[in-house]
Amino acid sequence: MKPNAMQSPPKRIEAVVLGASAGGIEALLRLLHDLPLPWRLPLVVVLHLPEGHESHLAEIFAERLRVPVHEAADKMPLAPGHMYFAPPGYHLSIERNRRFSLSCEPPVRFSRPSIDVLMASAADAYGPALAGFLLTGANDDGAEGLLRIHLAGGITAVQDPNEAQISTMPEAAIALHSPDHVLPLRELRALLLQLESAHVH
Amino acid sequence: MNRTATPSPLPSPLSNTEIELRLLMEAIYLKYSYDFRDYTVASQKRRVLHALAQLGLPSISALQEKVLRDPGLFGRLLQYLTIPVSEMFRDPAYFLALRQHVVPILHTYPSVKVWVAGCSTGEEVFSLAILLREEGLLSRTQIYATDINPASLEKARQGIFPIESIRGYTANYQRAGGRSSFSDYYTAAYEAARFDPSLCAGVIFADHSLATDSVFAETQFVSCRNVLIYFNRELQDRALSLFHESLCHRGFLGLGAKESIDFSSYSERFDAHAKPERIYRKAT
Repeated sequence: MKPNAMQSPPKRIEAVVLGASAGGIEALLRLLHDLPLPWRLPLVVVLHLPEGHESHLAEIFAERLRVPVHEAADKMPLAPGHMYFAPPGYHLSIERNRRFSLSCEPPVRFSRPSIDVLMASAADAYGPALAGFLLTGANDDGAEGLLRIHLAGGITAVQDPNEAQISTMPEAAIALHSPDHVLPLRELRALLLQLESAHVH
Repeated sequence: MNRTATPSPLPSPLSNTEIELRLLMEAIYLKYSYDFRDYTVASQKRRVLHALAQLGLPSISALQEKVLRDPGLFGRLLQYLTIPVSEMFRDPAYFLALRQHVVPILHTYPSVKVWVAGCSTGEEVFSLAILLREEGLLSRTQIYATDINPASLEKARQGIFPIESIRGYTANYQRAGGRSSFSDYYTAAYEAARFDPSLCAGVIFADHSLATDSVFAETQFVSCRNVLIYFNRELQDRALSLFHESLCHRGFLGLGAKESIDFSSYSERFDAHAKPERIYRKAT
C-alpha cells in the first residue's frame, strides 16, 4: 500500500496508443507536430482507412513530423520515441514482450484495424503504464478499448467532442466511462508533453 | 517490508485470464496433441473469449474442464482457434510477382513440388493451381496442401466457394495477371461456385502441424501466407526451419503481404527475391 497516493505525481507511462477515423489525419498532425527532441515515448496509431489499398500514412506523417514514423510489422519491437501505424487490412496488437503482432481476424465493429483491438492488447501488455488517446471519428470504435485501458489502471484522454471534426467517436467513449481527460487538441498536446517528461525523469 | 518502490520496466503481472489461457493450451496439448502453446497471446485470447461467448461458458477454466472430457467440444473449439479466413488471389501483386519472377525459374525443373503450408479452406491452393495451369506448369507439379484443421482440409478438397465471393475473386484474378476468363474455372450452382476438380488432381491435402511435425518432402516453392503472424518468434523460427529444410537449393518462399523474416533467426538464410511482394529465396 502506498500511504501517500493522494498527491501522486504524474503516472509513469511507457507507451501511448491513439485512435481516430474521420478527420484523424489533421487532428493527429495538430497533436504531434514539432514534438520536442529527443522524444522517448513510443506512439502507436490506428487510423481507419478503406481496406484494400496500400497505406501511405507512414510516409505522409514522416514528412511532417520530427519523430521517426513506420508502418508496424509483425514481431517488430517498439522502439523508444518512434511512431507506428497499423497496416490496412490487419488488426494490430502489442504483446507482453513489447513487440507487435498482426492478425487477419474478421473486422471488429466493421473495422480492421480496430482501435479496440489495439487498445485492449496494449492494456494487457502495459497495465497502468499506458495512455490511450481517442480523437475525432465517425463510429464508436475505441470506446471499449479506452475502457480496457482505464480498467487496467492506465490514463484515458478523449478529444473534446465540441472541437472534434466528427464527434461520434469521442462521445461514444465518454458515454461508456468517464475518461480521465476530455480536452481540445491543444491541451491534449500539453498532456502528452507532460507524460513524456514524467516518462523521461 | 521496506521495499524500495522503483518503477518496473517489466510487463504487468499475468492476469488470471492469461494464466487460464496457458493452462488451457497445455491441457489441449496433453490431451489432443494440438500444440497452440506458442501462438501469439493477444489474438489467441480474443478467439478463446469469443468461443466462450458462443459456447455459453462462464470462464476459460470451465471450458478447459469440459474440453478435457469431450472430444466433440474440442472439435468445435478448434474451429475458433484456427482462423479460416482466406480469399482467392488475395494480394494480387503476390501472384503477379510469382508469374514474373518465380515461374520462369520453376520452368527449369523437370518436375516441381509446391508446399502450401496452412492452406485453410483451399482458396490459395486453387489460386496457385490456376496460375500454374496458365503458366504451363500444373501437369508436372505436385502440390502439398497442409493444415491442422481437418474440417478446413475437407472444405479445401471440395473446392466449393460461396458465389457471393466470386466477384471479388474475379477482380483479384485479373489484377494478378490472369490470362483467361475466371468463369472458365468454375461452374455456378445454387449459392456456390464449384471449381474444376482437375485443378486439384495433383494436390495432396494432408494434416500437418508446423508446431509438431517435421519435413515430408523436398520442394521448390513454399507458400505460407498469413500463418506465421499467429505464431510467436520461437514457433516462427521452427516453421522457418522446416521451410528451409524442405526447400531445394535456391528454392522460393512466399509470405503474407505484411509478414517479414527480418525479426526471425532466419533473416540471413533467405535472400529477398521480390521484397515488396514478400518472395524470398533460400540463400546459398
